[in-house]
Amino acid sequence: MKKKLQNIINKISPYFAIVVILTIWQLLSSTGVVPKYMLPSPIDVVMAFINDFPLLMEHAQATLTEAFLGLTIGTALGFVIAVLMDRFNFFYKSVYPIMVMTQTVPTVAIAPLLVLWLGYGILPKITLIVITTFFPIAVSLLEGFKSADTDAINLLKAMGANRLQCFIHIKLPSALNQFFSGLRISVSYSVVGAVVSEWLGGFTGLGVYMTRVRKSYSFDKMFAVIFFISAISLILMFAVSFLKKASMPWENTKKENY
Amino acid sequence: MNKLTTKNITVFYDGSKVIDDISIELRQGEIVSILGVSGVGKTTLFNVISGLVMPDGGTVELDGKNITGTTGNVSYMLQKDLLLPYKTIIDNVSLPLIIRGEKKSKAKEYTARYFEEFGLSGTENKYPKQLSGGMRQRAALLRTYLFSNQVALLDEPFSALDNITKGNMHQWYLQVMEQIKLSTFLITHDIDEAILLSDRIYIIAGKPGKITEEIVIDERKPRHKDFIVSENFMNYKKHIIKSLE
Ligand SMILES: Nc1ncnc2c1ncn2[C@@H]1O[C@H](COP(=O)(O)OP(=O)(O)OP(=O)(O)O)[C@@H](O)[C@H]1O
Ligand SMILES: [Mg+2]
Repeated sequence: MKKKLQNIINKISPYFAIVVILTIWQLLSSTGVVPKYMLPSPIDVVMAFINDFPLLMEHAQATLTEAFLGLTIGTALGFVIAVLMDRFNFFYKSVYPIMVMTQTVPTVAIAPLLVLWLGYGILPKITLIVITTFFPIAVSLLEGFKSADTDAINLLKAMGANRLQCFIHIKLPSALNQFFSGLRISVSYSVVGAVVSEWLGGFTGLGVYMTRVRKSYSFDKMFAVIFFISAISLILMFAVSFLKKASMPWENTKKENY
Repeated sequence: MNKLTTKNITVFYDGSKVIDDISIELRQGEIVSILGVSGVGKTTLFNVISGLVMPDGGTVELDGKNITGTTGNVSYMLQKDLLLPYKTIIDNVSLPLIIRGEKKSKAKEYTARYFEEFGLSGTENKYPKQLSGGMRQRAALLRTYLFSNQVALLDEPFSALDNITKGNMHQWYLQVMEQIKLSTFLITHDIDEAILLSDRIYIIAGKPGKITEEIVIDERKPRHKDFIVSENFMNYKKHIIKSLE
């Protein structure tokens, strides 16, 4: 009984915290402690979201297209790099340090450069997303490949398996778990990367929308789009979790009496 | 003629000799145990026979053909059961056929026929972690058998099981072996197991590991359960304990 209660409390406490924060926020804003033009109330934000909904959807479509393309290419690139690093030690030795170094450069710092080089179209945006998303994929996949049981590989070799067969039957499935951890990170990077790159130019996208509402000091719209972007990231991360569950059915099985 | 023969196998690891001048043989349909303490080089010997490790000296012959250092000739059940956790039992068991280039559906169809005989009915679409230790071991044995129905190398196949399950598995194994004429090398450090299952036993001892003795277990097969409490059995056991000292 006590345990059950504890369980319920554990489950609802995060929602409870959100409700408390929203209430305080609403009070701060509606009592005028913080001036309304600087901090719109949650209700204002929701209204702004509803009013601009069609426009937001249009921009979201552009952003998601960039994010999707960038993520796809980034994932493919990360996969290829991980395979090469796993297969060729010299490749690992030479490329890994450079790869780590590229990740220390902040996204916002290279974005303007990419715009200068590649213009205001979709190309610099996708390039930026690829740069930010390939890394978590490559690193997590590599770790996954390395975690493969050498005895399992020996078993397959003893059966006469070639390198490709060892890869398909042992290394790849052993890396799935790690891969999805990497993908989770990359998915949120891809959305952020798309928005950041849109700040610097372009005609559609949530980043462009953000720049516009900032220039007109529409704080309510500003808040609305920020929440919208995090909601998109959250939904995409849930999608990754779902994909993981679907592609690793053995994780969810229970022991039976056999 | 011998099914499998090793001639003067010697292996060095990091400059030190692990096994020395090992010459053993396996005839058609025999179960031959290799009995020795931990670290004496039993697994190393199997790695050589399976082709995973190239010996520093000596040769391995299968049906008179030199197979030294080549894989894919004999089936090998490694010290762990090594059922892949992400494949169902039938996918695990079909693996050797798929590696050989068989189509997946064909391989599974062929494999499914053996589930009954190996006492695995109903486990086809389970994952390894859903099975008990004994069942997992059966699945691993079936996979080993499906790889090659000629020669099997079993590295301590029953050592992870509790004593009761182990006893049942021994009985079951002897029964299955009556039907499928597999020639088997079996590594064990369980003396009872070696006497019960084997036609012959090689004792491997020393550092580097050498074959110090070959013992013939002259008991008709199929063997009765009571064999392990017979005087004959005790005599073999006494003898082996002495030679392991
Ligand atoms: N890949 C390797 N590299 C270096 N040394 C090794 C390697 N494999 C085994 N050895 C060493 O060779 C010796 C024999 O090992 P092996 O695994 O063959 O023994 P074993 O008889 O199978 O032992 P156990 O009964 O514990 O399985 C051990 O001293 C071990 O440390
Ligand atoms: Mg061993």
